[in-house]
Amino acid sequence: MNAPSNGARGTAAALGHYVNPAPFDPLEGEQLSSDLERYYLASQWRMMWWKLKRHRVAVASGVFLLLMYLSILVSELLAPYNLHTRHTDFIYAPPQGIHLFHEGRLVGPFVYGLSYNLNMDTLKREYALDSTKVQAIRFFCRGDAYEYLSMIPGNLHLFCPAEGGTLFVAGTDRLGRDMLSRLIYGARVSLTVGLIGITVSFLLGISLGGLAGYYGGWVDNLIQRTIEVLRSFPELPLWMALSAALPVSWSPLYIYFGITLILGLLDWTGLARAVRSKLLALREEDFCTAAMLMGARPRRIIFRHLVPSFMSHLIASATLSIPAMILGETALSFLGLGLRPPITSWGVLLTEAQNINVVALYPWLMLPVTPVILAVLAFNFLGDGLRDAADPYK
Amino acid sequence: MMQYLVRRILIMAPTLLAISAIVFTIIQLPPGDYLTTMVAELQAQGESVNAEKLQFLREQYGLDRTPVEQYFHWLMGMLQGDLGWSFEYNVPVSSVIGERLLLSFVVAFTTIIFTYVIAFPIGIYSATHQYSWSDYGLTLLGFLGLATPSFLLALVLLYFANVTFGTSIGGLMDPQYLDQPMSWTKFLSVLEHLWIPVIVIGTSGTAAMIRRLRANLLDELQKQYVVTGRAKGLPPGRLLIKYPLRMAINPFIADIGNLLPHMISGAAIVSVVMSLPTNGPMLLAALRSQDMYLAGSFLMIEACLIVIGVFLSDIALAVLDPRIRLHGGTTR
Repeated sequence: MNAPSNGARGTAAALGHYVNPAPFDPLEGEQLSSDLERYYLASQWRMMWWKLKRHRVAVASGVFLLLMYLSILVSELLAPYNLHTRHTDFIYAPPQGIHLFHEGRLVGPFVYGLSYNLNMDTLKREYALDSTKVQAIRFFCRGDAYEYLSMIPGNLHLFCPAEGGTLFVAGTDRLGRDMLSRLIYGARVSLTVGLIGITVSFLLGISLGGLAGYYGGWVDNLIQRTIEVLRSFPELPLWMALSAALPVSWSPLYIYFGITLILGLLDWTGLARAVRSKLLALREEDFCTAAMLMGARPRRIIFRHLVPSFMSHLIASATLSIPAMILGETALSFLGLGLRPPITSWGVLLTEAQNINVVALYPWLMLPVTPVILAVLAFNFLGDGLRDAADPYK
Repeated sequence: MMQYLVRRILIMAPTLLAISAIVFTIIQLPPGDYLTTMVAELQAQGESVNAEKLQFLREQYGLDRTPVEQYFHWLMGMLQGDLGWSFEYNVPVSSVIGERLLLSFVVAFTTIIFTYVIAFPIGIYSATHQYSWSDYGLTLLGFLGLATPSFLLALVLLYFANVTFGTSIGGLMDPQYLDQPMSWTKFLSVLEHLWIPVIVIGTSGTAAMIRRLRANLLDELQKQYVVTGRAKGLPPGRLLIKYPLRMAINPFIADIGNLLPHMISGAAIVSVVMSLPTNGPMLLAALRSQDMYLAGSFLMIEACLIVIGVFLSDIALAVLDPRIRLHGGTTR
């Protein structure tokens, strides 16, 4: 190998003719290290995952959302009390803080008991923490009975109050129901509203946007005009009008589906626009022409070539529109046009916080807003990360 | 340009027609009509209802006709400037909503100004200081603004305004000015009350606009003409204002179309919470009692405002940015 390399300085005669006996590999220069090969041969989804992983906040939000959604599978277990248990002795009780040390001694997580006193001058219920009553929290304990999935009876809870004690980590409402338990149960409805709504809007968006983008012409025109009309309505008043149209006689479950349907029916326009413009751009791409020339039929082109190339964008934009639905449900329920009491959602819980007295006297009734904000923030961050990762080839 | 204007106006007409049809369908959707609601209410109070009077009212209000006939009656009326009759208030709709529309307009207009004034400097700052701590802080604040349900923000602000400034709760002015003619003190009182709804309604719009302006400006800042300008020695501030900002500013005008529905939506729920004398609470009440022409007119007027707003912003955009294709449409 070293002989021909300094041929420039030596004379041609001094050098004998040299032939490398090793077999010649014409692709040698293009050979990739195994790391690079892994990178170049990675599928689109794998590359998206790598790119998403670098967006720390998005990953953290994703994990947080996953935990939230997992929690709705085991709400009964997580909540210290049943959804409807009333504690008539503890109406509007303030949150009890969780402590670890009592008089300098480690007790483990415990709360101080509440002592109740009716102020006869102002007729205000006054609760004071009684530092003599140390009520240690029990874990994996038997508490309020429930029916898991309204079939399997059970009474196991992750944590419950001490025997004869109370555990209102987030206070109680006007019927003495534990707010924390109601929050945990409320997640069930509030979080799924967005999912069902987005499914409806996703199906409508893909099919109508796909039709408009692929066929063009009058179909496109018709769908475009419909979208324009729908978009020129202010969202909330339209939601209000439609949910006012839901029959009063419907059962809460039907109302729930009605509301999700309304949220989904009015949300598809953005998605449809995205699908359409992507389709218009992609169907002119070389790979699409190549598939067409090879005789692929439209169905194969759409589903095998076009849809996979913009699916990631769609998922990202869908993630970004779930928060709007969660907020929409909250707003509608707050106005009394959405879900109604036997069903518990964060919006329904917030109707309790409707007047200014609550802010002044029982601020803990506004706590349901915390999971709303957290969920919406998490969806926004995750959606942002997904949107950045959606095009990994950039 | 003229051709574009005419085209846009011609498109507006069928859009408005379709909107009116949808509005009418929606307000017709609930089973029964205003009279059945009224009868149910009267019976709940233990009063009897005269069947003859009911029949008379039904004919008087045109509720005995088919929905299609009612729709065309309403449409024809609207074209002549007659919005119909409000059953609940027993006066023509136009005389109920006049003042409310004006106040809604005042609130919406102030909110848009507020949005611009706040979003503009913050967006520029965020973009020019990308990935600094202040940028992260402002971004987080913006996200929080998007995520907080406005009605709750309204409640909390109301409470603090009451505690710290002694502003009366609810309404758009102190109670003693309610039926007074316009005066300087009344104006001040309105101003004193206006800032809460403006902040609350404007928050989410402002947050959205900050993010969009930041993204746009970041795109522009990376372009070569900026590098050239900097290389030729333009001072940074002058460079920023002279070139990239002018490019990034388009969304401020184009966004009116997005902003208006947003404002009106936001205003609807916030006004209910704060009992502002604007559209929101009245629309809610009208929807509940099936006062159909009143509810319909509100929805219709709001949609019209949005269509006109989008139209105006499109024209402004076309005037300001010659690159925008006047003949538009990507249909091929």
